[in-house]
Amino acid sequence: MLKLKVNEIEVEVEEGLTVLQACEKAGVEIPRFCYHEKLSIAGNCRMCLVEMEKSPKPIASCAMPAAEGMNIKTNTALVEKARKGVMEFLLANHPLDCPVCDQGGECDLQDQSMYYGVDKSRFKENKRAVPEKHMGPLIKTQMTRCIHCTRCVRFATEVAGVPELGAIGRGEDMQITTYLEQSMQSELSANVVDLCPVGALTSKPYVFEARPWELKKTETIDVMDAIGSNVRVDTYDWEVKRVLPIINEDINEEWISDKTRYACDGLLHQRLDTPFIKYNGKFEKASWDEVYKIIKSKFENTSKEKICGFIGDLNNMETGYIFKEFFDRTVDTKNYDSRSDNRFINTSKRENYLFNSSINGIEEADLILLVGSNPRYEATILNARIRKSYLNNNTKIISLNNVGDLTYPYQSLDGQTQTLNNILEGNHEISKEIINSKKPIIIIGESLLRLKSSEFLFNKTKEFLLKNNKISDEWNSLNILSTDASTVGSIDLGIINNENNLFSDLKEHKFDIVYLVGQDNLEFHKKDEFIIYQGSHGDKGAESADIILPGAAYTEQDGYFTNLEGKIQKAYKASYPPGEAKEDWQIINELAEFMNNRKLFNDKDELESSMFNYLKLQKEKKLNDQNNPVKEFQNEYLKVKVKDYYFSNVIARSSKTMVECNNSKLNLKSTGTEG
Amino acid sequence: MSLRRPAKNQPDSFEFNALSLEAANSIIAKYPKGKQQSAVMALLYIAQRQNNNWIPLAAMKYIAKFLDMPYIKVYEVATFYTMYNLSPVGKYLVQVCTTTPCMIRGANQLVEACKEKISENECELSNDKSCSWMEVECLGACVNAPMMQINDDYYEDLDKQKTLDILDKILNGETPKPGSYRGRLNNEPENNRKTLMDLKNA
Repeated sequence: MLKLKVNEIEVEVEEGLTVLQACEKAGVEIPRFCYHEKLSIAGNCRMCLVEMEKSPKPIASCAMPAAEGMNIKTNTALVEKARKGVMEFLLANHPLDCPVCDQGGECDLQDQSMYYGVDKSRFKENKRAVPEKHMGPLIKTQMTRCIHCTRCVRFATEVAGVPELGAIGRGEDMQITTYLEQSMQSELSANVVDLCPVGALTSKPYVFEARPWELKKTETIDVMDAIGSNVRVDTYDWEVKRVLPIINEDINEEWISDKTRYACDGLLHQRLDTPFIKYNGKFEKASWDEVYKIIKSKFENTSKEKICGFIGDLNNMETGYIFKEFFDRTVDTKNYDSRSDNRFINTSKRENYLFNSSINGIEEADLILLVGSNPRYEATILNARIRKSYLNNNTKIISLNNVGDLTYPYQSLDGQTQTLNNILEGNHEISKEIINSKKPIIIIGESLLRLKSSEFLFNKTKEFLLKNNKISDEWNSLNILSTDASTVGSIDLGIINNENNLFSDLKEHKFDIVYLVGQDNLEFHKKDEFIIYQGSHGDKGAESADIILPGAAYTEQDGYFTNLEGKIQKAYKASYPPGEAKEDWQIINELAEFMNNRKLFNDKDELESSMFNYLKLQKEKKLNDQNNPVKEFQNEYLKVKVKDYYFSNVIARSSKTMVECNNSKLNLKSTGTEG
Repeated sequence: MSLRRPAKNQPDSFEFNALSLEAANSIIAKYPKGKQQSAVMALLYIAQRQNNNWIPLAAMKYIAKFLDMPYIKVYEVATFYTMYNLSPVGKYLVQVCTTTPCMIRGANQLVEACKEKISENECELSNDKSCSWMEVECLGACVNAPMMQINDDYYEDLDKQKTLDILDKILNGETPKPGSYRGRLNNEPENNRKTLMDLKNA
């Protein structure tokens, strides 16, 4: 530990920290533009100048390592003069267009010029003007405002792993630009909008939509993937205007994926706002009473074996729990599932379907084996962690398949499950590497679990890891990469049916009533089934339905989600369901009341406490691990099938921005730098 | 000075020839393994020499691949340093020093000569596309001011007429003799004076 003084306050900091971090520890705020905790140090904005005893000149605190016995002063006349000087230079070429700038109100330069700005300019020359750059459909550029902090360049190179941004030219003529012929090819690209301390890079879909002080801010959880990124949803009246990341070091650090950020305009389109009934192939508006009445009579005239229910990928756990209760108590059948296909899940123990090494644990890993997954598209934030691990520790990464660019180099094998079997039997050079490494991680994707021999391979993997002591209380190498927000929560709640062949029965038209709650990914052709669809968007599920019950999206109801690590987090209501639509748990509760004259739960609190009770009981029950006798193994080619990244769920499919993103990856526009 | 842009007409491909390849490899060998990117400046210069004094975009891509580094990083370096030419400069590149010592000794006459013989504006090819000129900062030959550099050679102690003669020669494809044009050997003192001893007020 180093001891130093900041403004006569004694602080102790670890070795390797900078003067700026020491100042922060002493509670002194240092203005900065280029410095960012999660990025490498550049030291080029000079805003963080402080006075150091025995130094004739002020020093850039972000780039100066803290040392024993330093005496730092941040409130002297010299420091103020230095910062005023820096600010004058920064403002010399900065346009005075704050009234028409989207960054206004949350602009670092604007805020700091209130303290260090000079009210008149001594700069008599012409101001610099910089041509616009093309940076894709998400990022609006106004490069005249750029102050050359290079945060975006460092983010793209270091975190996103797409070295496509750069600073060309020198001095006053320096320009930040993308790769010479294309826009940024990254799923994390829009984070540069948050990083930009001025209005040079702003959000294109959010352009001129609102001022930050007009928005209602709700801190909640994202549902676009199973990571459970912590986000802040900004709403203006009913409309969700934008989604921003909030810091959670254990999950998403400071970043969110482009889909998380920009699929929110899908919440405004294709919404179901009133109950519908299909007459002669046409949907007609109806009242809640009418639809409940029809559903009741249908349920009464159908034997319970002929009724099944499926819950979707974006539903919170309360909806899942009341859905299960509805089938268990009101309908009295076990024909319900939360999956959309028959992929293998061993529910006997919780660790069998979780990402056990945890997202933070990836940074400690010394070997990562990807089997049947493409984390870049299935869990973008997790992929950024793998890259971080690769950069910091040079972690070796192996993938059974060649899945294309993952933003870090990896060794790819032939994709045959026989190869995996060889590894697990110890007949492959990689087996030794896994055994010899201290903290290996095996990431099993859903593509593997869909194979015919998935159960065999899963059991074999677990056996192999147990045998080599890689599953213990300290470190668990077994990781399942779930792709949907509600996957783990639904399995925790036992909304899964491994006994009956629900999916083949469904395909063979053995059911008369199919109740879909937010489930749009089922692959079956409707014949004579009566389909009830409950959900927020008019998508595949609603299209095939006979009755539509309008539900709420994730921003419109409170609800718990369990992320792929098994962490339970609460999402909060930022807006309210449109029109006649209701919260999902309410609809099922009312339907149950209509059918049995008795509500399932009196209110949300009762539902919640009942749900947590159930989870607690399950936890105690699931202590003994069961493995069914291993089935025959057959060699297959493991094809990593990833959902279309920009269209993976109903919200993203309804989003115009996601369509634009998808198109921008196909046809590349000019960047403005070709001369 | 404004941001230098790459030329509009770019060749489709670029590859080091045997000579350049050898030079490039010998430079890369000077750096530790895995740090081959440090050779980027030298390689850009080799590419420039091979390609008539300018670096096409294809060469930057080639070098990026050659050194296993992102293309944009090579582009950043090439646009930062003014001595990398990003557009054709002709077979003969005339660089006239106009920094203070040369300026005092009449560098503007050299500029005038260039304007007459080569092209009206700097960084513009002559009519036969063989030659261009530009003003540059100090070339470190102040003792022999005013001076100019043509490709690798210095032409020193010039005036307007001498410059016109030299330019005539290079435009006719001849190579004029480099060095001082007032008969000096390198930058020896004129009039045989070897010391300042006998000079008052020196």
